[in-house]
Amino acid sequence: MELLAMGKYGAYVWSSFSLTAIVMIACVVQARARQNRIYRDIAIRLKSTDSAQ
Amino acid sequence: MMPWFTVSGLLLISYGAVVGLFYAPPDYQQGDAFRIIYVHVPAAYLSMMAYSIMAVSAGIGLIWRMKLAHAVAAGAAPIGAWFTFLALATGSIWGRPMWGTWWEWGDPRLTSELIMLFLYFGYMSLRASIDETSKADKASAVLILVGAVNVPIIHFSVEWWSSLHQGPTLIRKGGPAIDTAMLYPLLAMILGFTLFFAALLLARVRTEVLHRERRSRWVRNLVLGESA
Repeated sequence: MELLAMGKYGAYVWSSFSLTAIVMIACVVQARARQNRIYRDIAIRLKSTDSAQ
Repeated sequence: MMPWFTVSGLLLISYGAVVGLFYAPPDYQQGDAFRIIYVHVPAAYLSMMAYSIMAVSAGIGLIWRMKLAHAVAAGAAPIGAWFTFLALATGSIWGRPMWGTWWEWGDPRLTSELIMLFLYFGYMSLRASIDETSKADKASAVLILVGAVNVPIIHFSVEWWSSLHQGPTLIRKGGPAIDTAMLYPLLAMILGFTLFFAALLLARVRTEVLHRERRSRWVRNLVLGESA
C-alpha cells in the first residue's frame, strides 16, 4: 500500500497515469469509429449505385 | 506492421510504467511526484513529433502534389491533438504540487504548447469546413506549415526565456541529466509511445486513403470483398 501512496503525491501521480490510459484508449476508439463510419458510407454508396443500375 | 507496432509498443509501455512507478528511485527534490515524467515527456514529445510529421507531409503534399502525403497529415492530426492535450493536462497536474499552480499564462513553454493545441484544432476544423478534398488539402497544409514555426519555439522556450518549466532533461549539452535507473524506463516509455503512435497513424492513414478513393474500383472491390 505504501508503494501505491507515492509519498504525498499519490493523487497527482495516479491521476496523470490514469488520464494517459484514458487518452490512449480514446485514440484507439476514435480511430476505430472513423474507420467503421467510412466503411459503412462506402458500402451504402455501393448499394445505392448497384440498385440504380 | 500494425500489430507488431502495437504489441511491442504496449510491452515497452508496460515495462516503462511498472519500472517508472515502482522501481525507479524517488527524485531527491520532487520525491515521487517526478514519476509524472514517465507520461508527461513521452506525450509532449509525441505532440511535437506528430506536428513535425504533419508539417513535412504537408510540405511534400504541396510541392509534389502527392495525395498520400496529405492523407498522412490528416491522419496524424487527431492523434497529435490528443497527445498535446495529454501533455498539457499531465503538466498541469505536475505543476500543481511542484510550482503551486495548475497554469501560468505568462510561461513561454506552457503557452507555446497551448498554441499548438489550437493549431491542431484549426487544422482539423479547416479541413472539415472545405468539401472539396484538394482545396482542403492545400489550405490546411499552408496552415500547418505556417504554424510549424511554433515547434522550435516550444523546444527552446525553456532555454530562451525564463520559465517555470524545468530545463531539458534528455536533449541537452553534456548528455541526459538523469540517472540511468530513472532514464531506462523513460526511454522505454518514449519508444513505446512512438510505436503506439505509429500503429495508430497507419490505421488512420489507411482510413483516410479509403475515404479519398471511395469512388475508385479498388476500394469498391475491397469493401465488397470484406462485407461478403
